[in-house]
Amino acid sequence: MSSWTIADMAAPLSVGAVVLVTVATAFIGMRGMRIARTPADFMVAARQVPPLLNASAISGEYLSAASFLGIAGLAMLEGLGALWYAVGYAAGYLVLLATVAAPLRRFGAYTIPDFAEGRLASPRLRRWATVMVLVICGFYLIPQFNGAGITLQATLGGPYWVGVVVLGVVVTTGIASGGMKGITVVQAFLYWVKLTAIAVPAIVLVMVVTHPPLASVELPAPTTFAHATLVRFPDATRIDVTRAVTVTASGTVDGRRTRGVLVLHRGGHTVGAGASLRFPAGSPAPGVSAATGVGGSWSSPLLHLDGFPGHRLAATYGVLLATVLGAVGLPHILVRFYTNRDGQAARRTTAIVLLLVSTFYLFPAVFAVLGRMEAPSLYLTGQTDSVVLALPRIMVAGLGGELLAALVAAGAFAAFLSTSSGLLIAMAGALSHDIMGRGVRAFQGSALLFGALVTTAGLLVESVPINILVGWAFAVAASSFCPLLLLGIWWPRLTRVGAMWGLALGGGASSLAVVASLAGFGARGWPALLLGEPAIWTVPVAFAAMVVGSLVTPEEVPANLTDLLVTLHLPEHLRRGGRDGGDRIIHRRGPDDREEQLRPAGAPRAGKRPERGTCSGAPELTGTQKEGSR
Amino acid sequence: MTELLWLAVAGVVVLLGVVLGFVVRGERRLGTPAQRAGYATLHTANLLAPALRGGLHGAGSGKVTAQLQSLLGTPGVLLADLAGVIAADGVDEDHQRMLEAPVARAVGAGEPQVLTATDLTCPRGAACDLQAAVVVPLVVDGAVVGALVAAGPSAAAGLLRLASEVAQFIATQLELAELDRSRRRAAQAELRFLRAQISPHFIYNAITAIESFVRTDPDRARSLLVQFADFTRYSFRGRDQFVTVAEELRLVDTYLELERARFGDRLAVTLRVAPEVLSVRVPSLILQPLVENAVRHGLEPNDWAGHLSITAHDVGNDAVITVEDDGAGADPDRVRRVLSGREDGDAVGLHNVDERLRTVFGEEFGLVVETGVAAGTKVTVRIPKFQAAVAVP
Repeated sequence: MSSWTIADMAAPLSVGAVVLVTVATAFIGMRGMRIARTPADFMVAARQVPPLLNASAISGEYLSAASFLGIAGLAMLEGLGALWYAVGYAAGYLVLLATVAAPLRRFGAYTIPDFAEGRLASPRLRRWATVMVLVICGFYLIPQFNGAGITLQATLGGPYWVGVVVLGVVVTTGIASGGMKGITVVQAFLYWVKLTAIAVPAIVLVMVVTHPPLASVELPAPTTFAHATLVRFPDATRIDVTRAVTVTASGTVDGRRTRGVLVLHRGGHTVGAGASLRFPAGSPAPGVSAATGVGGSWSSPLLHLDGFPGHRLAATYGVLLATVLGAVGLPHILVRFYTNRDGQAARRTTAIVLLLVSTFYLFPAVFAVLGRMEAPSLYLTGQTDSVVLALPRIMVAGLGGELLAALVAAGAFAAFLSTSSGLLIAMAGALSHDIMGRGVRAFQGSALLFGALVTTAGLLVESVPINILVGWAFAVAASSFCPLLLLGIWWPRLTRVGAMWGLALGGGASSLAVVASLAGFGARGWPALLLGEPAIWTVPVAFAAMVVGSLVTPEEVPANLTDLLVTLHLPEHLRRGGRDGGDRIIHRRGPDDREEQLRPAGAPRAGKRPERGTCSGAPELTGTQKEGSR
Repeated sequence: MTELLWLAVAGVVVLLGVVLGFVVRGERRLGTPAQRAGYATLHTANLLAPALRGGLHGAGSGKVTAQLQSLLGTPGVLLADLAGVIAADGVDEDHQRMLEAPVARAVGAGEPQVLTATDLTCPRGAACDLQAAVVVPLVVDGAVVGALVAAGPSAAAGLLRLASEVAQFIATQLELAELDRSRRRAAQAELRFLRAQISPHFIYNAITAIESFVRTDPDRARSLLVQFADFTRYSFRGRDQFVTVAEELRLVDTYLELERARFGDRLAVTLRVAPEVLSVRVPSLILQPLVENAVRHGLEPNDWAGHLSITAHDVGNDAVITVEDDGAGADPDRVRRVLSGREDGDAVGLHNVDERLRTVFGEEFGLVVETGVAAGTKVTVRIPKFQAAVAVP
């Protein structure tokens, strides 16, 4: 697919930027551990991760190819309604903040299978959850590789597989060799790279677009389609065909409703709104005469995905359900919350993540609108997913454009690197922990195995929009882990059996719907909606299955339910100090370890743990004496 | 492309089929009638056992009485302890009142009671299906702890025999529950004992070092005393069995500060820690004994010429912590003996840490020691980030 000729303007800067990001990531990965040689350093190194750093790391791991490339691409292709994805991706953290972040951290669970096992006392449920981790991360990981393929194709001009293989090799070796230590710092770094790489070009382009001579920029005409390509025309468009070509058409062409094979002669043709043309491999791509507008159905606030124009409201709700609730159940994100010191820090971190992620999502919309106005040729090659990459060079001529393009390429690669490594670590951790037998070797072996598998899968899914694939990963997470977490934390009567029903029905049904949709079932109407946006029915199914399954097995409620709920919901500093029980009065935990009566509500909390050096001996010693004299 | 997708569809369908097969496996009509009867009884008993393992009060849920009903084959089942009824199924308030006296008699005398229609004067007369009952005491470790009542239309000898066996089964389960509790208490006591071992050498050396500063540098002496107080308080505190790696590192720093008082800046230490490991919870006093071991047996014999390195980072779902010195090293066989507890020596710290890690996290989480004479020593600890038994008290 070397047709799209951005690559023809050799892009050494972009290549350099991608290499730079990769090298910087590898360097931080290897040196990302805190190093202390003097006593003063020692105390700094042992200080726990502050919420801002941790929030940056979570945002870094979260903002994937779907966010960096996919949303802008989908919004440009299907209309501004696709921005609901961005809304959902960000709003999910509100749910996480209110319902999951703090209890999960208090519980001490590192992974979701940990939570399942600890909350419902069932090793078998743990294994089921592990399988779901692999399914969700797999769905999520493949589009990252797809994005890498597109990015390197657009910057280097090589074939699609180059980017997929490069990313696969970099990430897999990075993790399997144990080079990704200090992942928190790596991910935090990559978040700021991504934000810079999307915000700076977006702002520059918005400034540039107000200047008139923009239209004089010569658009390089796409030459030929490398493989058979289905081109959809969301609006009536006039195309210029340079050489007669036989296409498979569907919709209105030159004023006639057509369905089937059609010969387009040399010259101008009008294609009606909603029509699609399949161009054979090797045929010259047509040019677009008129720039497409930003009005009409394109700017409608409802989601407009090809295939089910009749159920746009339902589709919108499907996407919102999947993304908002899916963000709650992403296995690779939840492990990052473990780095917080306690539940309160987890909540603070989540609030900052919400801010960081929302800031990021302001910019894809800019690219979508500008892309629609300035780069209509991307529609014709079916490469709207690369709009973020292509736009700077199309809109800004000369070195400026090159620099912006390089920045964007670096940001895109940062997105693949961060999300793929997070996902691969989660998958390898799950497999080695629960199936391969724990240990360093098992972890490395699992990382290699999945790296190879997912790279292969990435080579196969060249033509599905990134955002749709990631949306499906969210749908599966929303239909399996989200109910498990929400009910597990907030509903005391959840049982092992109910959780298993929910995981099997919700996770199974959504996965099946996704695979069916990928295989081409449900082209139109309700089937398309129910298979393409499965969350709208699989989320209620999963919740219902968990509730019903739990209600019919009341005897399976864990015997230590009270202890579980206390661990989940009682803030750490109010907990009974002793894990070994004992009916002492509740006391505040801290380095000084004095027993303290609970303060009445509203009374000021005791300060943070005293810093070393500032902690004077006197009050501490009274504490000791009190203890000694008892 | 499409073929592959079809293959994927087929694969997922097969997978779901297998999973659903497991879910709806349900009843299978297998075996001879005798096999089925044996299976049914033992299956019910096995379902009953876990609920009883929480003690007699754990039997308060409806599940126990329901299972007992199917074991005994009577419409009414009642469990009582010395204070009164714990759980009842199919026995209404009137009959519960009528049964109070017989239960008290059975518990008092430790003898089974057989009640006929004359003992149970039901207002509904012959229409009531609880015309008779058998009351059997539950004897655990020689003491009566409660009674089991089976009430039905008649109280034949067969019911008495069956009820006695069921009572025996319940008592056995309760004894096992008690055994479980004592075993856990013993493990806790052992942990507490192990934690209390703090090296007397260290206390002596630290106090001597502080003493040497009292005249020459009173400020330093004061600050060292505060450190020493910190250290001992941390070591002696009884309640918090689990602390974060960050707290452990702070303790190591305090310890090293006290050692530096004796040996000055010759003690070269490098810490490399991945920040995400800092919040991992570990049993308290895991790290400091390892560092002390490295200082005492690795660097001190070499006149402090050497370097101590501590690292902590993630590997999958575990955290890995290493303590390494390039000092004197040790004979691997001797270390093996120390770890297995066959040789006490003064390297008791290693054995202690190893023992506690195995008790808390399981046998696979013991220490790994790499050493050789004059080749330095590296001790590796692997800590699971989450262990169900550790997370919830």
